[in-house]
Amino acid sequence: MSSITLKVNGTTHTFDLDPSTPLLYALSDELGLRGPKFGCGLGECGACTVIVNGEATRSCVTPLQLVHGAEITTLEGIGTIEKPHPLQKAFIEEQAAQCGFCINAVIMTAKALLDTNPKASDEEIREAMSNVLCRCFTHVRMMRAIHRARREMAG
Amino acid sequence: MSRQAPHSTSLSGLTPDAQGALERAGLSRRAFLQGAGVLIVSFSALGKAATAGAQLFGARSTPGAPSPDQLDSWIAIAADGRVTAYTGKSEIGQGISTAQMQLVAEELCVPFDNVHLIYCETPITPDEGVTSGSQSHPTNFNHRNLAQAAATARETLMQLGSRHLGVPAASLVARDGAIHIKNQPAKKVGYGTLIGGKHFDLHVDPHAKRKPASEWTILGTPAKQPDLPAIVTGQFEFVHNVRLPGMLHGEVVRPPEVGATVIGVDEGSVSGMPGVVKVVVRKNFVGVVAQKPWQAIQAAKKLKVRWSPGKGLPPQANYYEHLRNQKPTRDSLSVDSKDVPEKLAAAATVLKATYYYPYQMHGSMGTSCAVADVRGNHATIYSPTQGVWPLRGSLAMLLGLDQENVKVLFRRGAGCYGLNGADAVSYDAAILSQAVGKPVRVQLSRKDEMAWENFGYAFVMDERAGLDAHGNIVAWEHEAWFPVHGSRPGYDTPGNVITGALVGFQSRPFEPRSPAPEPRRFENHDNSVPSYCAGKVGDKSEGTGTIESERVLIHTVPSPFFTGPLRSPARLQNTFAHESFMDELAAQAKVDPVAFRLRHLSFPRLRDVVTAAAGAAKCDARPSPKPDLQKTGVASGRGMACVAYEGGNGYTAVVAEVAVDQDSGRIVVKRFVVSIDVGPISNPDGLKNQMEGGALQGMSRVLGEEVTWDDRKVTSIDWATYHTQFLGIEVPQVDVVLLNRPDDAATGAGETSITVVAAAIGNAVFDATGARLREAPFTSDRVKAALKLRA
Ligand code: FES
Ligand code: FES
Repeated sequence: MSSITLKVNGTTHTFDLDPSTPLLYALSDELGLRGPKFGCGLGECGACTVIVNGEATRSCVTPLQLVHGAEITTLEGIGTIEKPHPLQKAFIEEQAAQCGFCINAVIMTAKALLDTNPKASDEEIREAMSNVLCRCFTHVRMMRAIHRARREMAG
Repeated sequence: MSRQAPHSTSLSGLTPDAQGALERAGLSRRAFLQGAGVLIVSFSALGKAATAGAQLFGARSTPGAPSPDQLDSWIAIAADGRVTAYTGKSEIGQGISTAQMQLVAEELCVPFDNVHLIYCETPITPDEGVTSGSQSHPTNFNHRNLAQAAATARETLMQLGSRHLGVPAASLVARDGAIHIKNQPAKKVGYGTLIGGKHFDLHVDPHAKRKPASEWTILGTPAKQPDLPAIVTGQFEFVHNVRLPGMLHGEVVRPPEVGATVIGVDEGSVSGMPGVVKVVVRKNFVGVVAQKPWQAIQAAKKLKVRWSPGKGLPPQANYYEHLRNQKPTRDSLSVDSKDVPEKLAAAATVLKATYYYPYQMHGSMGTSCAVADVRGNHATIYSPTQGVWPLRGSLAMLLGLDQENVKVLFRRGAGCYGLNGADAVSYDAAILSQAVGKPVRVQLSRKDEMAWENFGYAFVMDERAGLDAHGNIVAWEHEAWFPVHGSRPGYDTPGNVITGALVGFQSRPFEPRSPAPEPRRFENHDNSVPSYCAGKVGDKSEGTGTIESERVLIHTVPSPFFTGPLRSPARLQNTFAHESFMDELAAQAKVDPVAFRLRHLSFPRLRDVVTAAAGAAKCDARPSPKPDLQKTGVASGRGMACVAYEGGNGYTAVVAEVAVDQDSGRIVVKRFVVSIDVGPISNPDGLKNQMEGGALQGMSRVLGEEVTWDDRKVTSIDWATYHTQFLGIEVPQVDVVLLNRPDDAATGAGETSITVVAAAIGNAVFDATGARLREAPFTSDRVKAALKLRA
């Protein structure tokens, strides 16, 4: 055990956990966050995506020791039901979900992309989504929602 | 009153979220049931006979379950007028919760936002069996369940309103949660005043008048998914997020090979590991419980288990041959006009083709998860199962408990599409919790989910048909083989899924039967009979087509893997063969495939979807393949397929437009045009969403998905080895044409579009290239091989 400090959605937390524990467990089990999810535990699907120091990161394969002191943003940190992020709003407007389990993967990956590249081309969006999964195949609406948010974020 | 006892205890097991939901609904179920001191006893005096024994479809009178013939089992109205509806059909991403809320709002004449829906909690919702097979719409919309309960409640409120306002019911109207006097809008009384917080204490009236679709104001309009704002902001409680006080974490250790059994477990191999609470062994079930999830995972990895070797698997390379030649078989005859051989002998041309479809998996986005709290002789399980009541029964068997002491509370999981690991993981959590006497959460690893789920059926299908000199089909024969092992556990067969089998329960036995008995009535639930056949059994023809010489024989054989009802089970595979073969016949007859279909279809609703899809896709009328084929480079084409899903539970047709790179063998679908008729449309946007999702999921299945194995174990165990289509693909345009039939009965929708896309894509490839694909998935190697075979 050793103690690891993370700043999650603006608040600093200290964890007494095996430093090899993946970040996902600290977020979903220690902090009880519901955004990041376990989908594969292998870095293959994106369900566990959070933003670490500005970059979309798969928390299921990121040991805590690698992110000591990092700033982490999760799905709940980017907007609320009352004040949703433009991506969250776009997903509601487009009704871009079926089961919704992949929403975290899609929105957080898109957010990291649009934050650094607000005018991302369709090709760049596809590239960013190339290993993000939605097994309900809500692809049509999700891509439409991302494009809608891009327009709104670009002003 | 039939339901006092179970509730008070049930609520103690609710998570804060569930409690919150009840409170947001404006009442607590307990308060409602226990605090409603005033029972309305005077209904019969109002002339509202408490009709006994209403015939309810699909809902069972199960001991300990809210009685389905009681109105209070379905509908509760709070003092502030807000409505809580209880249903036995669960939300699994298919949008049924939204549609059910619309239904209640419509029949009860209250705003959509005033309805709160609670689904699938055994102590408080009626038993409606399993949510599956596109049955939820028919069950709760057509039959005397939720819809009839809401209509009964409205009629009752009209009578109460009449008494309250002193005006005959004929001069009243129900609107916005109140009874109004017609022409005097200010004179009204709210539902809350009339009944708020009290029991109706009435039977559901089978004669209560449903609102005709022509009067709908809420149904038939797009409604938004109520949970979506919470989901997109990370507030929503999936089953994966259920946390109970004192909860521990379990990780299972599945056999390394199919059929391997436990010889010994060395518990010492994990003793002293941080957080480990217990190693649990029950026959061939092995699991570890620890304080934290990562500790459980580490310990499960380290635990030394000696396993016997597996029983070996048939080689995948010639599995289809093995399937076809296995004996004994269980045979079913769907139709047999007895004259097929002679009609084929007299035909001008006879065509034969064999189609192959692989095992595929549900492969849910999230691995299955459940939380169980088993203490003493009581159990509460939070589960994403599609059947809380059946699960209650089979869990009770597995735990050796009285089923009245087992509660199953549905919580949403990741999209399931049939039977993923939801039931198995509920058993896993329950077994581990029982062993430690504390709540235990289990979420399967990706590999454990994929290697052991109940796969969708592999199929081998022989098609044979004859054409006369004018190119009309004169006879059609279909013979198919598919493997089965296990399925949904139902109320009493836990051995139908992996965990139940590991602890020693038998799966549903395979019962050989050959020859098949003569069909007694026409049934086409599995779409084994092509849409173009007359479906004649006895002296009735109940099929959707014109071909009177017909024979359909299906063989099942035992499967080495668990199998289950993956979205559109058997229907998708049979339809792939029928609709591809229909295209082959049209090409042989040199007739436009849309016109050729219409020539052999008699049922108007199916003809209409075919015409609608072809029209919207602006298909030019000509035979396939298209003229002037180029044999290299990228070729484009279009293909059509249609189906009367389950013979008559939804009608759909699709046109696929594809581009085939003839050098690489890669297929890219550019566009789908889907037409759909599900009777009256409850939620047009929700229906479109289902059609789009079904089309793309069907596309992923036919282009890449295939379970693989070696001589001992499944080898497609993650997203690198099981090939699905990610979000970054070139997403086809999907146009959906909705055919609304407000005066017909509601049908299913969720499994319709997925049923037809495989054939439509194969037919489009043929149109583009002249190459016929008969084996799914259409990998680039198979495409290249088919291109080489071209004349
Ligand atoms: S759960 Fe982390 S990538 Fe799948
Ligand atoms: S909406 Fe279910 S996985 Fe994407």
